[in-house]
Amino acid sequence: MLRSRIVLASALMLAAAGAGAGVLPEDRADVLYHRYEGGGVTIDGPSLLMRKKFAEKYSVSANYYVDMVSSASIDVVTTASPYREERTQGSVALDMLNGKTQYSLSFTNSEENDYTANSASFDVSQDMFGDLTTLSFGYSRGWDEVRKRGDEAFIEPVDRRTYRVGLSQIVTPALMMGLSYELVVDEGFLNNPYRSVRYLDPASPAGYAYQAEIYPHTRTSSAASVRARYFLPYRAALHGEYRYFTDTWGIGAHTAEIGYTHPWTDKWIFELGLRFYTQGNADFYSDLFPRVDAQNFLARDKELSSFSNQMISLGATYELSLGWKFLQRSTLSFFYDRMQFQYDDFRDLTSAGAPGAEELYGFDANVFRFFFSGWF
Amino acid sequence: MRTATRILYLTALLGLAGCSSVEPWVKPYERQNFADPIMAIDRDPVSSSYINHVFEAREGARGAVGSHGGGCGCN
Repeated sequence: MLRSRIVLASALMLAAAGAGAGVLPEDRADVLYHRYEGGGVTIDGPSLLMRKKFAEKYSVSANYYVDMVSSASIDVVTTASPYREERTQGSVALDMLNGKTQYSLSFTNSEENDYTANSASFDVSQDMFGDLTTLSFGYSRGWDEVRKRGDEAFIEPVDRRTYRVGLSQIVTPALMMGLSYELVVDEGFLNNPYRSVRYLDPASPAGYAYQAEIYPHTRTSSAASVRARYFLPYRAALHGEYRYFTDTWGIGAHTAEIGYTHPWTDKWIFELGLRFYTQGNADFYSDLFPRVDAQNFLARDKELSSFSNQMISLGATYELSLGWKFLQRSTLSFFYDRMQFQYDDFRDLTSAGAPGAEELYGFDANVFRFFFSGWF
Repeated sequence: MRTATRILYLTALLGLAGCSSVEPWVKPYERQNFADPIMAIDRDPVSSSYINHVFEAREGARGAVGSHGGGCGCN
């Protein structure tokens, strides 16, 4: 079971991403190959995006995305068997421009053998004050179905509601800033039906035993971010972003990002980025509970633990000269990201040590994106 | 609470009053920098959507990633 809440983010990607309210996004097609390798997990696959305007005020887009997963992660090697699975996702969106207002509708479906996720979104954005300011707001509704392999009777729903508002502002001829706020409310079966927590058990040879994790049936989260992009005097750009996150499970997180974009001749654009992330654990998380049924809610998902990660990104985009009549321009891009995760209270059970004294877990990941983009 | 509500009303009123007289202080002919692809908030949506998915699947935080809904006002 992959985590399918990302269908919301993907739907938004289609909903006029990157465009001002007063102009429809450009007609383009993208063919991307992605690959993630880290922590015993390899995920790769394609993502295809097509966007086309019609009748001057409408734009339609469609995205097809696949995750092919081969997992022998730390969770899997300690409590289950390595597995392979596939997730496919399709999205469609319609944007309509009316004066300085843009309306966007989108729908996304994601399918795995044990998880179905659907999401519908509506967004409005409005240019104002001489087009220096763009105000946007949106709402998404998601409805998922969680299933469990080997248990035909297990079918649990998840309901998601997302409310968001954003503001982008041209501050000077070289500086643009943005603010975003997003509230997400989840209700339903929010844990993973396969994952276990461990608790001290003197009767077992290892000194500990496992029981199924139990999460609350609701989660409400808030995220607020501020970002800036600055045009340097010699035609290059600097950008920075900070996000604060908090939720009703007790998780608090900070994300900070800086980046530098440097064109070279009229053929190349190079990018360098750094990202830092840190979070505190959920109230009901523990690496090792003192006894079975120690509390109402139990989690040992490392994504709910206290941890931090750092990422360095390198990217290059090359302007192609294909000479094809139907393409105005086209580019090839390659991005490489190196991530390092350090967990503060999630232990590596493959290492030696008494229960609760094993080494802390950590891993490195490599992320690759290679894509062709064509504008027509 | 009542004081907080008054402050909110006052701020909203001042905001609206201010809006009615806002002159664009960055003129359209001064906005060519924002039309440059290197200033795009989300130059390649298919790529940024993927990397946000990588983060969301491995981190507790979610939302307000900002690649959506931004505008450059450069049209």
